[in-house]
Amino acid sequence: MHELSIASSIVEAVTESAAAYPAARVKAVRLRVGALASVVEESLQFCWELATEDTSLSGAALVINKLPVVVHCEACGLDSALDGVQSFRCPRCGQIAANLRQGRELEIESIELEDPDPANAEPETMKEQV
Amino acid sequence: MTTRIVELRRGILKKNDELACGLRDRFTSAGVLVLNLVSSPGTGKTALLERTLRDLRARGARVAALVGDLETDNDARRLAASGAPVRQINTHGICHLDAEMVAKHLESWQEISLPALDLLFIENVGNLVCPSSYDLGERVRVALLSVTEGEDKPLKYPGLFNSADAAVITKIDLAAPCGFDRDLALKNLNEIRPGIRVFETSAKTGAGMDAWLDFLAAETQLRPENLSDANRRGPPF
Repeated sequence: MHELSIASSIVEAVTESAAAYPAARVKAVRLRVGALASVVEESLQFCWELATEDTSLSGAALVINKLPVVVHCEACGLDSALDGVQSFRCPRCGQIAANLRQGRELEIESIELEDPDPANAEPETMKEQV
Repeated sequence: MTTRIVELRRGILKKNDELACGLRDRFTSAGVLVLNLVSSPGTGKTALLERTLRDLRARGARVAALVGDLETDNDARRLAASGAPVRQINTHGICHLDAEMVAKHLESWQEISLPALDLLFIENVGNLVCPSSYDLGERVRVALLSVTEGEDKPLKYPGLFNSADAAVITKIDLAAPCGFDRDLALKNLNEIRPGIRVFETSAKTGAGMDAWLDFLAAETQLRPENLSDANRRGPPF
């Protein structure tokens, strides 16, 4: 049950980043969570509500983008996504594939901000924006 | 009303990861091999460590241990009987150790100096889920599995077993009465973490301890920083 610590870390990081947009409200926080990240989605959603209560992030949605494990097969020379996390073998040739290309991610991908004043649409501090 | 998306691409546990990287640098420059021992409660981390500390000291190695539990200093007292410096970390409800706890306890631990150690063991809180996300700055993560827990533990907790560098199957003296299927356990470990080094031990009888201790000795000697600083220490234990 470390989802509360994780939720608190997200609140901390997002609050820090959103400070560059003082007039905006955080509408949603998008995460990338790998299949091996040991995070239970339902539990994280529950803790997110607790962690954001009475903060500037209260009411913000937490959107979890789950990522499958991707292994690199030495034999095929290809990267393939795995259906689960019960066997680390290349789905094409069946060879053991220990080289992980994806699956341990636990990161904040982006935040969605809503700004009531259109004049703030292009602040100077938008370096992070894509 | 305008809506915009700001890309962050930031690790949620970035602070822990940065702190852990700093610790790893410190451990590396001090020439101490740091291991993080993880398992369910009751697998026998403390029993393995009791014997490991004692046997490594008998080989002349300089060892110490940090041990994490929610409450009590029972484990620290057990481990201290080996004569090695031991420090208890009480997490008071938190289900894992993190890099900050390790850093804080090292800071106030007057009894040890990192450069004067060969190995530092960190016994994590008994939990097969949460500790996998928290880097403590260790160089070797060891996952333990006892014969009484069932051969499918690696399949049930792939996040942790996949993150381990080595595995120890403990309590092998009980393998026969438990009907432990050794081949299946080894197969499962290899499915989850292909090529993982596996040791099979009994802290009670001492079976398998030599291979485990030889591995630790070899890891200590193999450190690249040790090779470049060969004159600093005496003969390998």
